[in-house]
Amino acid sequence: MTLKEKQQQIIDDFSLYEEWLDKYEYIIELGKALPPFPEELKTEDRLIKGCQSRVWLDCEVSGGVLVFRADSDAIITKGIISLLISVYSGQTPQEILNDDFSFLDALGLKENLSPTRAGGLASMIATIKAKAAENE
Amino acid sequence: MMKSIDDIRAQFPQLQRTVYGKPLVYLDNAATSLRPASVIERWTRSAASQSANLHRAVHCVAVEATEAYEQARDAVRDFINAPEREEVIFTSGTTHSINLAAYSIGQAFISEGDEVIVSEGEHHSNIVPWQLMCERRGASLRILPVDETGHILIDLLPSLISPRTRLVCLAHVSNVLGLVNPVRSIADICHSKGVMLLVDGAQGIVHQNVDVQALGCDFYAFSGHKMYGAPGTGVLWGRRALLEQMPPMFGGGEMIQTVSWSGSTWAPLPAKFEAGTQDISAVPCWVPAIEVLKEMPQDDALRDYIYDALTSIDGLTLYGRSSELSEKVPLFSFAVQGVHHEDLALILDKMGIAVRSGQMCAEPLMDRFGVTGMLRASFAPYNTMQEAEYFVSSLLKAIKMLQ
Ligand SMILES: Cc1ncc(COP(=O)(O)O)c(C=O)c1O
Repeated sequence: MTLKEKQQQIIDDFSLYEEWLDKYEYIIELGKALPPFPEELKTEDRLIKGCQSRVWLDCEVSGGVLVFRADSDAIITKGIISLLISVYSGQTPQEILNDDFSFLDALGLKENLSPTRAGGLASMIATIKAKAAENE
Repeated sequence: MMKSIDDIRAQFPQLQRTVYGKPLVYLDNAATSLRPASVIERWTRSAASQSANLHRAVHCVAVEATEAYEQARDAVRDFINAPEREEVIFTSGTTHSINLAAYSIGQAFISEGDEVIVSEGEHHSNIVPWQLMCERRGASLRILPVDETGHILIDLLPSLISPRTRLVCLAHVSNVLGLVNPVRSIADICHSKGVMLLVDGAQGIVHQNVDVQALGCDFYAFSGHKMYGAPGTGVLWGRRALLEQMPPMFGGGEMIQTVSWSGSTWAPLPAKFEAGTQDISAVPCWVPAIEVLKEMPQDDALRDYIYDALTSIDGLTLYGRSSELSEKVPLFSFAVQGVHHEDLALILDKMGIAVRSGQMCAEPLMDRFGVTGMLRASFAPYNTMQEAEYFVSSLLKAIKMLQ
């Protein structure tokens, strides 16, 4: 799937749920389904600053694409970072830098998060972009 | 006369609103209460037809506005049974009251090497002003710890008080634990050792019948917005004998007797501590707010129901447990094993339930219990048993979703 296709897939999945509670349930399921994150990777430099709950993001380059792994101590945050890395893992740095992350607006996520979580989401996006820029 | 819960609910317009298409279940009353129509009406009336500055002009509206402002002082004096109306100082809230007290007590009574005691369970606004003051005066802060249930270790107080201790600062009711501190006994200990006692009454004033003379404290601070009154209003009550010795914190209009280049002299109480133009629209709201508060029944059945429900949920730790529920207000903070407090708050929000999550302005207490935050549900007399039951079933559902 291309980046755009992955994003459209998530928008479609999301639109199946009318109630926000159900959308949250979907996000929680994403969080629970995230593969275990190795304890030794939970280092200070992998912590995303600006999130109230703790979020770790690990980035590796493999065959020209970025591979992300992540974890969080809060399950909704974990679901959100899971959603982000399912989209951006496997893409080249250039593809990530060219993307405007506007699919998140289509989900309406920001408006439905608490202000602290919305700030956390912005920090996650900034970190993913920074990783792409570092490896360009 | 006590009113029925339906009559009470009808007085609070915000109880009619919905969130996400669901009825709002407002359980964040300890952060701020809702406001009854009478308070909103009083505020609108002052703003719409009684705008005039106080005490200064002779015209009709200024006289009306001044009367309304001073009637509010009488209502507060009566409500807390203060000996004198001049001891009731209007502020913008508890935070302002304690900062004012800290500054002026510091200047008047604290010298280098003196000590101030605060409890471990305090809100930041009863910690940080004392830290600032101690730094300014070269004094130091001593901590009165709480036990694992959250009760202050009152037995340690006498030995914590040294010959250099000047003041003890304590919440009447903790905003995290919901436990009523034994203020009278603490006042007796303090006074037997010649130490002053300041009580942060932000939560206590809502649930207890506060009589400052019976409590025996020297200062009592509270906010209007937590007791159905106007945001931006607060009170510092203090004993006249102490207030008279304390210098003002703010200088400006109304607080002076005379001003000249060789120096100024201060107006008598309470004007000495009320510099500048006050919140002339909001202060009159104390009168209807106190009327409403007096009519509120205290629903012990609801408190007991929530207490029992929470203490029987697996993996849930309730802070501020007590074998004597009469010393607990309907305010419950807890953590659920394996579930982040903010996740719970988010899910409950989507179910229409407003609760608080996080450190609740009490970081030292969070450290004491080794948690990064808690979830808090705080009830008011307009919350119904149905709402309480909905909260419990929603909480169970949310925990299941998140675990
Ligand atoms: C115990 C306690 N003290 C002080 C405060 C501060 O009150 P305010 O923000 O109204 O100044 C609060 C309010 O959160 C409180 O609960």
